[in-house]
Amino acid sequence: MADPIQAIRMPRWGMTMTEGTVANWLVEEGAAVASDQDMVEIETTKITNVMEAGYGGIVRRIVADPGAVVPVGALIAVLADPSVPDAEIDAFIEARKAEAQSSGGPAAPASRIVDTGLGALNVLSLGEGDGIPVVLLHGFGGDLNNWLFNQEALAAGRAVHAFDLPGHGASTLEIGAGDLAALAAMVEAGISALGISAAHLVGHSLGGAVALKLAATQPDRVVSITLIAPAGLGDRVGENYIADFLAASRRRPVADVLSRLFASPDAVTRDMIEGVQRFKQIDGVPEALAKLAGAVFPEGRQADDLRSTLSAVHAPVLLIWGDKDRILAPADGGSLGPGVQYETIAGAGHMPHMEAAAQVNRLIAAHIASAEG
Amino acid sequence: MARDPSVIVLGEDVAGGAGANGEQDAWGGAFGVTKGLIGRFGANRVLDTPITESAFVGAAGGAAMTGLRPVVEIMFVDFLGVCFDQIFNQIAKFRYMFGGKAVTPLVLRATFGAGSGSGSQHSQALYPLFTHIPGLKVVVPSNPYDAKGLLIQAIRDDDPVIFLEHKLLYDTMGEAPDAAYTIPFGEANVVREGDDVTIIALGRMVGVAEAAAAALEKDGINCAIIDPRTTSPLDTDTILEFAEQSGRVVIVDESNPRCGMAADIAALIAEEGFDTLKAPILKVTAPHTPVPYAPQLERTYIPDAARVEAAVRKAVAHGA
Repeated sequence: MADPIQAIRMPRWGMTMTEGTVANWLVEEGAAVASDQDMVEIETTKITNVMEAGYGGIVRRIVADPGAVVPVGALIAVLADPSVPDAEIDAFIEARKAEAQSSGGPAAPASRIVDTGLGALNVLSLGEGDGIPVVLLHGFGGDLNNWLFNQEALAAGRAVHAFDLPGHGASTLEIGAGDLAALAAMVEAGISALGISAAHLVGHSLGGAVALKLAATQPDRVVSITLIAPAGLGDRVGENYIADFLAASRRRPVADVLSRLFASPDAVTRDMIEGVQRFKQIDGVPEALAKLAGAVFPEGRQADDLRSTLSAVHAPVLLIWGDKDRILAPADGGSLGPGVQYETIAGAGHMPHMEAAAQVNRLIAAHIASAEG
Repeated sequence: MARDPSVIVLGEDVAGGAGANGEQDAWGGAFGVTKGLIGRFGANRVLDTPITESAFVGAAGGAAMTGLRPVVEIMFVDFLGVCFDQIFNQIAKFRYMFGGKAVTPLVLRATFGAGSGSGSQHSQALYPLFTHIPGLKVVVPSNPYDAKGLLIQAIRDDDPVIFLEHKLLYDTMGEAPDAAYTIPFGEANVVREGDDVTIIALGRMVGVAEAAAAALEKDGINCAIIDPRTTSPLDTDTILEFAEQSGRVVIVDESNPRCGMAADIAALIAEEGFDTLKAPILKVTAPHTPVPYAPQLERTYIPDAARVEAAVRKAVAHGA
């Protein structure tokens, strides 16, 4: 039985988030909400997103008004059954306030560098418990922060490890041949270095192709696979994305190329643009990205066709694709074999895990649960 | 220096007391910026000079033309007054006058700015003088991340670069990657976005503008802040883009107002962005006086957040 009173707290979206602004409540006090109902818009310096309630119940109290700047983890609203008296709600709020004052809020998570023997990889680990761990692999030109809306949500009762792929983020720029086989071997070495024998793999775009490659070569280590708009299941990369991403250096060209990832161009924030610009200004990064692109996406085409790999893998596969994806065209669901669960996210572009985070999180959580059966 | 053996450092006390036994690396320059370099790169690459800016700036110009990449430290930008011929007539002109066949990869680092009680001869913000001279690139970083990326870019650049460090910013804390990275010249940093007023600020004035913008935000006035980072080349595209976006512009500049950066940027916007302006372009600058020594007068001399805030409110009120 769930607690009679549920706290709605300021979420943590990304390692550097310490506080957020309540932009707008989408529900009123007294309203009944379902757990998957959009509840509140939260703004950070990096991004604006909608948070779902997470619990079902009656909105008994909104604690943080629109415009309020609230630390991560602090109470912003209270859900409870109508039978709970107001005095108990008041006491609950007071207790949470006192708790926040004494603890100073949860510590910010930090990534760490693991030596894999094939090169150093940067990894952010959240959550703990007996559950089989989850490994998150981002796409080309991204980094582990791309999972800011997903990692914590998936880390219930298990560890979730988000890697920076080789040639990305704070991981090594020495990427060997730079092809899928090299990337998969390095990621596998990273998983071993964390002491993980088997994991659920979740890969986006390039990271999806890496996950598939890994599953093909190390089937015993992969309990389930979730592929979000993965590479390797089509012929082309759309929108001239690879070449334009490699060429972009100033703010506006970077903004322009990033906007192609999303269904709504407004999704691109100043922080995303600055993050890409800063990354590409580091010595060795343009060369590493160009080498990787040349091996995996030569002249805007996809070098590897993993369609037969997909139909051959033993682990259950969840395939998620946005119907507004302009970068990688959604694969033909009918040709992928019976073992693949295919979910289309309406209104999402190439980044459904950011654009429709709650929906994608629910799909992944259900997929993981059914694979563990 | 580790990457390129042609990079050398020279200046007063950059090694730390030339020739004095046991005093090596005692200072690392007057502000400690080069501390540790002599131990790592040796006395052939970290050279203490006599107190003669005219001689060692000229020597650095010659060294740059003949294959080295000198990084020269001048304690205070004010002292460059004794080497205007070397800088303006020689170093800045070599590439042009030799038809592009000569390069002068030279960095002149110097502190600048008021606020440390150093008096009129050690406190000026002279970047407009150097910006005026074609052939020189001029860099004025406002934060640690930019300082590192712009300095590496300056050292790798084949043209002479005047690199000016505000002496009150040396204690600024900020994150920067351990790896080497370069920030291209002529690309402004969008410090914050906001639709109501565009503030353009340089060097230490960026932080002043940020404090003003934070106060104004509480009253619902949202300011964009643009930090050009380099005054030559100047990122006119970004300045005009944001000036046109809000139509209300405040320029914050610690240099003196006549022929200063604020005047220069205001003229650019007036000429190229006039039709989009909703209010007069406002300048917040030092007055046309030497930097005073008396602390209370020096405080009044330097543009502060209250003055920036007042200018922004005036811009917002215009025509509202």
